[in-house]
Amino acid sequence: MDASSISMYLKESWATIYMTLISSAVSYLIGIPLGVILVVTDKDGIAPCKPVHTVLGIFINIFRSIPFLILLVMVLPITKFIVHTTLGPTAIIPPLIFASAPYIGRMVESSLKEVSAGVIEAAKSMGATNWQIIYKVLLPEARPSLLVGAAICITTILSYSAMAGFVGGGGLGAIALNYGYYRYQTDIMMISVIILVVLVQIIQEFWMCLARATDKRSRN
Amino acid sequence: MTQENNIVRMVHMGKTFHTDSGDVKALDDINLDIKEGSIQGIIGLSGAGKSTLVRCINYLEIPTNGQVLFEGRSLGDMTAAEVREARKKMGMIFQQFNLLDQRNLLKNVTFPLEISGVDKKTANARALELLKLVGLEDRVKNYPSQLSGGQKQRVAIARALATNPKVLLCDEATSALDPKTTGQILELLKKINREMGVTVIVITHQMSVIEAICDSVAIIDHSHIAESGPVSEIFANPKTEIGRKLILGDGNADSTPISFGDSKNRKIRIVFDGLSAYKPVISEMTLACGVPVNILFANTREVEGKAVGQMVIELPEERSEADKITDYLTENTITFEEVQ
Repeated sequence: MDASSISMYLKESWATIYMTLISSAVSYLIGIPLGVILVVTDKDGIAPCKPVHTVLGIFINIFRSIPFLILLVMVLPITKFIVHTTLGPTAIIPPLIFASAPYIGRMVESSLKEVSAGVIEAAKSMGATNWQIIYKVLLPEARPSLLVGAAICITTILSYSAMAGFVGGGGLGAIALNYGYYRYQTDIMMISVIILVVLVQIIQEFWMCLARATDKRSRN
Repeated sequence: MTQENNIVRMVHMGKTFHTDSGDVKALDDINLDIKEGSIQGIIGLSGAGKSTLVRCINYLEIPTNGQVLFEGRSLGDMTAAEVREARKKMGMIFQQFNLLDQRNLLKNVTFPLEISGVDKKTANARALELLKLVGLEDRVKNYPSQLSGGQKQRVAIARALATNPKVLLCDEATSALDPKTTGQILELLKKINREMGVTVIVITHQMSVIEAICDSVAIIDHSHIAESGPVSEIFANPKTEIGRKLILGDGNADSTPISFGDSKNRKIRIVFDGLSAYKPVISEMTLACGVPVNILFANTREVEGKAVGQMVIELPEERSEADKITDYLTENTITFEEVQ
C-alpha cells in the first residue's frame, strides 16, 4: 500500500470518527431530555401529562420511520441553514442528529423505565421534588443501562454515517462506495469495511466496559 | 397522654380509584387517631386496602374523601411544597427496601438530607451516626447488592430516620424477611420508638408483628376499619369475624428458623405474596431456565384464596445455571433472598 492510500484511509477514518462523535454528543444532548420527558409524562410517571406524551411520541415516531438516506436529502435545506454547506463530513452532522436524537430518546426512555417504581416512591416519600427525582434518582439509577444504550446508539450512528458517501459527505463509507461500487476495486472497499468493523468493536467494548465498571449492582 | 396528642388523624377518609373497568373503592370512611409516641399496627389481608391507607398518610395517594391531619393540619389544605415538608417529618420503609442500588450505604442515608439541602459534612456525620444505630457502621462503603435483606431494611430504616421524622411508616417492612431477621428488625423499630420517641405505624398481614411491638391495632377488612383499639383488648376479645380469623384462626406458621443440611450449593428463599401465587412460579421457572432445582422447604397456606408463604430451593452447582434462576426471579419481580 502506498503512502497516498494510507493517508486517504487515515483522513476518511478521521472523517467517520468526527461525524460520529459530534452527532452522538449533540444527539444525546437532545435525546436525554426527550427520554426524560417521555418517562415523566407517561401515565404512571411522576408528572403524567397525556397530551405532551402523545404528541412527543408521534413526533419521535415520524422521524424514526423515515429511512436515513431519504432524511439526508429531505433536511438538506436545514443543513445548509445550520452549517452553510451541503458537502463534506460537517454537512452530514445535522441529518445524523435528526435521525439519532429521536432514536436516543426512545433508548433513554426504555432505560429510565427500568428504574423501579418503588425507588421513585421512596424518593417521593422523602419529600423529593420531581426535578430531584429526575437527576438524583432516575438518571443515576439507570446509568448502567444508559451506557449499554450508548454503545448501541453510537455504533448505529457510525453505520448511518457510512451513508454520507452517497451525498458527498466523505468518510469510510465514501471509500467503500466510490471504489467498491463505482470502480469495482473490491480490495480497497474491503479495507475500509474492516476499519469500520474495528471501530464498531472498539466503541461497543468501550461503553460496555464502562457500564460494567460503574454498575454497583454486581456482587464482585 | 391526652386525647389531643394525636399526631396523625384520619377523618372520614376514603379513596376511590377510577379505572377503565369502573370505580374501585379502596378505602371507605376511615376514622383513626394515632397517638404521638405510640406504635400503631394496621393489619388486614392482602387487598384489604392497608397499603393504600399508609400511602394516604403521607399523601403518596391523595384521598378522594375526608381528610388526613398531620400535627393538626390537613394535608389537603397544604401546598405541594408544604406536603413535601410534611413528608420530611414522616419517614417510610417498604417491603422491597427500595434502596438506591447505585449509591453506597452512606450515600443512601444522606439522600434525604441532600434533597433537603443539608451540607455534605453534616449529612455524612448524621448518616454515620444512624448507620451505627442500626449496626452497619462498618459497611458504609458497601453497596446495597452486597447486603442481605435484613441489612437492607436496616439501611432503609437509617435513611428514613435521617431527617429526624416524628413518624415512621412501615409498609410490610418485614414481609420479605425470614422470621429471625423479622424479630431483629421489630426490636430495632421498638428501640427507635422508645429511645427517639418516633411514632411508628406498622402495616402488616402478620399477626405476630402486631403482637410483638404494637400498642394499638386497627383491623382493615374490605376497605373499612373492622375494629380498632389497644392490642391487649383486641387480642383478648376480637369482636368481628375478621378479627377472630386473624387472631385465632391461622396462628402463625413462621416462628422457628430452619437449617437446610450441609450442601455447599447456593440456596434461596422465595416469598409468595399472594400476587405471585396465581402463577405456577416454580414450574415456570424450571421450564424457562431449563435447569432443575431442589425444593428443600415449603410453607404456604391459603388466606382468602391466595397462597402466602415461602419456599427454600437449592440452586444448581453450576454458577451460570444458578444465575439464570436468580435473573429469572428478578425479571419477574418475585421476592427472594439468599439463605445459609
